[in-house]
Amino acid sequence: MEKEKVVEVNELTKKFGDFTAVDHISFDVYKGEIFGFLGANGAGKTTAMKMLIGISNPTSGEARVSHFDVHHQAEEVKKNIGYMSQKFSMYDDLTIRENIKFFGGIYGLSRKHIKEKTANLIEELQLQEVADSLVGSLPLGWKQKLAFMVSLLHEPRIVFLDEPTGGVDPITRRQFWELIYAEANKGTTIFVTTHYMDEAEYCDRVSIMVEGKIEALDTPKKLKQSFKTDSMNGVFLKLARNVE
Amino acid sequence: MSISIKNISKSYKKLKALDDVSLEIEQGELFGLIGPDGAGKTTLFRILTTLLFADEGTASVAGYDVVKEYKSIRRSVGYMPGKFSLYQDLSVEENLNFFATIFGTTIEENYDLIKDIYLQIEPFKDRRAGKLSGGMKQKLALSCALIHKPKVLFLDEPTTGVDPVSRKEFWEMLKRLREKGISILVSTPYMDEAALCDRIALIQGGKILRVDTPENIIEKHPKQIYNVRSRETYRLIQDLKDYPGSENVFAFGEFIHFTSSEETFEPQELQEYLLEKKHEELEIYPANASVEDVFMDLASSSET
Repeated sequence: MEKEKVVEVNELTKKFGDFTAVDHISFDVYKGEIFGFLGANGAGKTTAMKMLIGISNPTSGEARVSHFDVHHQAEEVKKNIGYMSQKFSMYDDLTIRENIKFFGGIYGLSRKHIKEKTANLIEELQLQEVADSLVGSLPLGWKQKLAFMVSLLHEPRIVFLDEPTGGVDPITRRQFWELIYAEANKGTTIFVTTHYMDEAEYCDRVSIMVEGKIEALDTPKKLKQSFKTDSMNGVFLKLARNVE
Repeated sequence: MSISIKNISKSYKKLKALDDVSLEIEQGELFGLIGPDGAGKTTLFRILTTLLFADEGTASVAGYDVVKEYKSIRRSVGYMPGKFSLYQDLSVEENLNFFATIFGTTIEENYDLIKDIYLQIEPFKDRRAGKLSGGMKQKLALSCALIHKPKVLFLDEPTTGVDPVSRKEFWEMLKRLREKGISILVSTPYMDEAALCDRIALIQGGKILRVDTPENIIEKHPKQIYNVRSRETYRLIQDLKDYPGSENVFAFGEFIHFTSSEETFEPQELQEYLLEKKHEELEIYPANASVEDVFMDLASSSET
């Protein structure tokens, strides 16, 4: 059975002057897959991700996300994906309820739909008692779990998570990953970056970028076998060390 | 004693950031403060570096009281805050010169101490600090915190958001500094870095959960952990949670770490239960605890 491709990347390249930040990368990501997008600081991850979410134009090559071309249909791409990052997730000075309403509106949901979604979400995350508190007053871990659910309000095929668990306590980090698993189980594709190498093990497949190129892409199990090491940390250190 | 903290508490309005914290850190020790965001790490750093008053308790650094002798402390410590706080529009060399000058010294006088680290960024000494990569900024910030030859070095989350390769290099630099007799208090949210410290304190919600060497923390952990793996991780987590006597079920790399609250727990019975649930490629075997296991166990029992 041919699996549906939710991300198709072909020779995607981005140059800033003489510097090639992303250098002819090609890969596919399938429906319901948890895809780990790893790389050292400065390897070109963020630049690549910005192209995939339609906020930066490629210099050459092409990419389709959720069946839309990231260059020529950037607006469609933005409407059909979910996105959350560690740095910006929600408005601290709005309440939980207000944030959900705001993002529901941005994603073009009807009022009725927003109402339903809000009720479901608050119940699922057991936030009944704090639903009318400011998001800024929540612990970071709660905020991140909520931000993840909010990024899925419009039921996108794919959600991009940019270091979603940085600084989050270890228990909440695992609860967060259970939400990710549950969502992938429903068929949503998860595209995630992280600096926690144990989280790389939770992914179905992992790519590792080194100096603008994808140097490795496979299941964690096969990567560990081919690099003859017993952890993803080992794979990462071996790949990145070869550069120097 | 390099740092002595006695019964320190600090609140911001209703939020108790530090709750009766006591710690002793010895001369020449590399001491790790391990805990997530919001645990109180930065508040403790700010009290020890005399930037914030505690509500209760006392503390001394390098023999000086943090309230009465704050000026002496400021001259004898180096502080690298979590947020990059050098002058973005000064060059690498200008930043270093600036910090040397305000501490009444020169780059040449203490060059030995920073040589190792500074050599790596010297090729870029005319570049503005704001234009450096993350790894280079970190090295410059460390050089600036060291240029006046401090007795105690405070590093607040120096490796947060940094990739594993740069993190490894950074810890190697810290070990070399410790050999020069500088006491180092370093905080981190990465539990795997705990093993690199002489001693660690686990902190969450403003409370110290435990203080010991990383080896002792692991050895004294009373619970037997089992590594469990099957082909379907998500379903495995759900099924393990439903198992009678299930206590902790935490994803750990390619395995699930499982502990049971039953004294009569038999892995064989768990295996039968999971086979009945049609799990394929099933593996169950005893595993050693890590600092992260201990942290999660202490954190979940302190909440209830």
